[in-house]
Amino acid sequence: MIWPMILAAGTAVAVMLVDLVFPRWYVPFGVALLGSLATAVSPYIVQKGQLALLCADPGRCSYVLDDTARLIAALIAVLTALALMLYAPGLRAGDAPAGEVGFLLASAMTGGVVLGGAGDLITLIVALETLTLPLYALVALHRRRDGAAAAVTFFTTSIVATAISLLGAALLQMSSGFVHLPFTMRHDLPGGQPIAIAGLILLLTGFGFKVAAVPLHAWAPTTYDGAPVPVAAYLSTASKLGGVIAILFVADEAADTDLRVTAGGTLAVLATLSLVIGTLVALRQQRTVRLLAWSSVAQAGFILAPLGGLLVSSSADLFAASLAYTLFFLALEFGAFSGVVALRPREDGGVLEDLRGFGRAAPWRSAMLAFGLIGLAGLPPVLSGLFAKIIVIKALLVVDSLWLALVVALISVVGLALYWRPLAALYRGSVDDRPAISFWPFLPLAAATIVTVVLSVDPQLTMSLWQ
Amino acid sequence: MNINTDVILLWTIAVPLIGAVLSFVVSDATGRRLAAVTAFLTLVFAAMLGMGQKQGMWHELDWEWVPALGLRLHLGVDGISYPLVLLTALLTLLCCGYSIWHTPTPGLGNHLGALLLVIEAGIIGTFLAQDLVLFFIAFEVVLLPMAAVIAVWGGEGRRRAALKFALYTLAGSVLLLVGVVSVVIKTGSGDMTQPASLPPNTQLWIFILFAIAFAIKSPLWPLHTWLPDAHTEAPTVGSVILAGVLLKMGTYGLIRVGLGVTPDGFAEAAPVLGVLAVAAIIVGSLVCLAQNELKRLIAYSSVGHMGFVLLGIATGSAIGLQAALIGNIAHGVLTGLLFFLAGAIKDRSHTGQLAELGGLRERAPWMAGILGLAALGSLGLPGLAGFWGEAFAVFASYQRGGPLWTTLAVVAAVGGALTAAYLLRMLRKVSHGPLAPSLATASEAHWPEVVAWAPLVFLAFLLGVVPVLVVDLAAGASLISGAAGR
Repeated sequence: MIWPMILAAGTAVAVMLVDLVFPRWYVPFGVALLGSLATAVSPYIVQKGQLALLCADPGRCSYVLDDTARLIAALIAVLTALALMLYAPGLRAGDAPAGEVGFLLASAMTGGVVLGGAGDLITLIVALETLTLPLYALVALHRRRDGAAAAVTFFTTSIVATAISLLGAALLQMSSGFVHLPFTMRHDLPGGQPIAIAGLILLLTGFGFKVAAVPLHAWAPTTYDGAPVPVAAYLSTASKLGGVIAILFVADEAADTDLRVTAGGTLAVLATLSLVIGTLVALRQQRTVRLLAWSSVAQAGFILAPLGGLLVSSSADLFAASLAYTLFFLALEFGAFSGVVALRPREDGGVLEDLRGFGRAAPWRSAMLAFGLIGLAGLPPVLSGLFAKIIVIKALLVVDSLWLALVVALISVVGLALYWRPLAALYRGSVDDRPAISFWPFLPLAAATIVTVVLSVDPQLTMSLWQ
Repeated sequence: MNINTDVILLWTIAVPLIGAVLSFVVSDATGRRLAAVTAFLTLVFAAMLGMGQKQGMWHELDWEWVPALGLRLHLGVDGISYPLVLLTALLTLLCCGYSIWHTPTPGLGNHLGALLLVIEAGIIGTFLAQDLVLFFIAFEVVLLPMAAVIAVWGGEGRRRAALKFALYTLAGSVLLLVGVVSVVIKTGSGDMTQPASLPPNTQLWIFILFAIAFAIKSPLWPLHTWLPDAHTEAPTVGSVILAGVLLKMGTYGLIRVGLGVTPDGFAEAAPVLGVLAVAAIIVGSLVCLAQNELKRLIAYSSVGHMGFVLLGIATGSAIGLQAALIGNIAHGVLTGLLFFLAGAIKDRSHTGQLAELGGLRERAPWMAGILGLAALGSLGLPGLAGFWGEAFAVFASYQRGGPLWTTLAVVAAVGGALTAAYLLRMLRKVSHGPLAPSLATASEAHWPEVVAWAPLVFLAFLLGVVPVLVVDLAAGASLISGAAGR
């Protein structure tokens, strides 16, 4: 049996059931938390060894539980647990019904757990949609805030993106005759190549929506800012991770075929646009979460940039770099969002001025938020952010993609000006009253900081995960 | 007693970092003292590196860190880096000690001390790194703490100046990153002690990336415009560290990385570097003549002085490089002293406008005397530290011969005369003339100030009389002996 999947789906069902019987917030919350933690460890403890399911013939399976799948299942489950903890003050106060939130997050987790092992395009897209679908509801589900506009924006753009992805998958299947990933890029049929090229571009662009890459980014600022901050944190990490993995899988298959240049070109364009537009627009933002949202668009550019190197030539380094950057990013981004929640539990992100004086009033939480922001800017003393930047630039230079390396390098200079503003707000002036410390949001903040410190000392950990 | 001296390399970086964390978490008063004690310990460790001097590297430490990035924890000290490490440790100690007595608003002296220690660790790391990627990381470590020192404890326009400093420097260092990573990929190693050779064409474009990064840091005209703002707004200790040692990272990098790793690229670009260096001397001096603000004037004088250092480096000869090294140290000592004095004057008068100053020698003859000494040293009076670097830079350029280098030598010498003009003008405005109202109640130097200045005054004399202290140390370094062989 495949325990990670069962545990994840089981958590969702269990949360729904206990919520019917015990209507106190902490019961479904506790079940969801324990369930997601169990899911996180299950691929490593319960389910060892290789496992393949639903195989048409050996080597053509719809689900394969390998090391990559384990890692992604664990990451998604951990992020789910952390997002729940961030949401705890809101759930306790009844801002959102704990049972529904727990159920929706666990459902999203189920999609993410399956995603890492997807062996064909249909499983991949279905898993990705399962990861995203519950989030529409989560964005809107808040008693004190009107998240409907944000949810509708998210929903409508998402539908368009999914339609694009499905069209791309269909075209690839048409040109190759297969939906299984290793074969979809072979277009043996006569006249298959143009169809395959169109299919691949559409598929990657559709996935670009999930990572909020330009030009499919416009939903992100509105949605993040309209959503409860813990949900925005989840959107910007778990949901983005899902999109990155889907893109990595597809690009990896394209890398060894004559579709390599198509994949590389598409991703290079997405990466460059995201880097430039995300960073420049973020400079003008006044609201904290909007600024983080635009920075998240720019970060998608950093994640995709190594894959743009496929335009020049193929190398395993590119994929390893993209995945490694993603891992650094997840820790830093979650740290930044957790910092905002820890300083303002139950509130929205507010404007930058609302952070004023926290540096003095809440030095530890502010320091950890600053840690995340500096890391996202890619600067020491947060070495992990710097390592992430070096990894991307090195991978690009390995394949002689000098111009993309220079774009990445120069845009990170502008990035400093971006993260400077929240940092300056944090350490400007002073306020008299110390913001109340809330236990639960402090945990994910501390966890993200610890992971960041560990990765600063031993970045090698992230470098050998791609196979 | 048998001490493993190689591990001391690590301690000179680790001690300030540990001290920084501790100072940060304890109370203000304790933190200030703790920072000063840490800075003292670091100076002791730094001094211990001087044991066992020999040809090439004196001590070396080489541990694996991140193989996937070609990053090794490879530290080493030789005659080029040792004086700079000592200077860094000394100036940090003086600044931390000074901060116990006086920290500008908003206080928080323990945080200031912690940041100064992080900056120290970064600068020493830059001077000790023998691995290219490690060098880059250490180079970057300095950026944000220095920006924070300016942005929190600085003057009126501090945030703008801090951001400008940070953006400028970062723009340079990302180019350095691209250059460093290219070298590591193309040669398969980031070892700076035995750099693998690259084809000349590759060397040229990589050197250009390096040169821009180091030119911004040094700063070399026309990439210097961040410097006056940063200096004017920075608190006294920030200015001292900035001028005293932070700028040296640029010139040191140009020697160690530019000349060491890409010698052919360096040779090809040397004339351009020389012309820009001399332009910096002239432009820096002319701007100084028209400056009306004390700290801004000293900042621009740095542009001129670093021009001499860069001219020495550009010649690529053993004499030129040694001139650059002694020039580096002398500038660090004298400009550090000048900024301490400028800070002391501004603390008393609350203005840096030359028009509103005057008559300092009537109220505070000792302070005026030390200011005069520092200015004379800075303008290159023989017998004081500033003389050797500038004289030998001009000499090295002249010795290199050919119409270009001879012209550069002559123009640089004229620039040296301009230096005298603007520094004497500054003395006239600040020390002499009728007593200005702003200085009417100015007190004589306090003892913590005297303690902070005294070592620098001593060094200004010492290096002026026995420059061989620095020159002899460097002679054994492989870069210098290699240059002598060419």
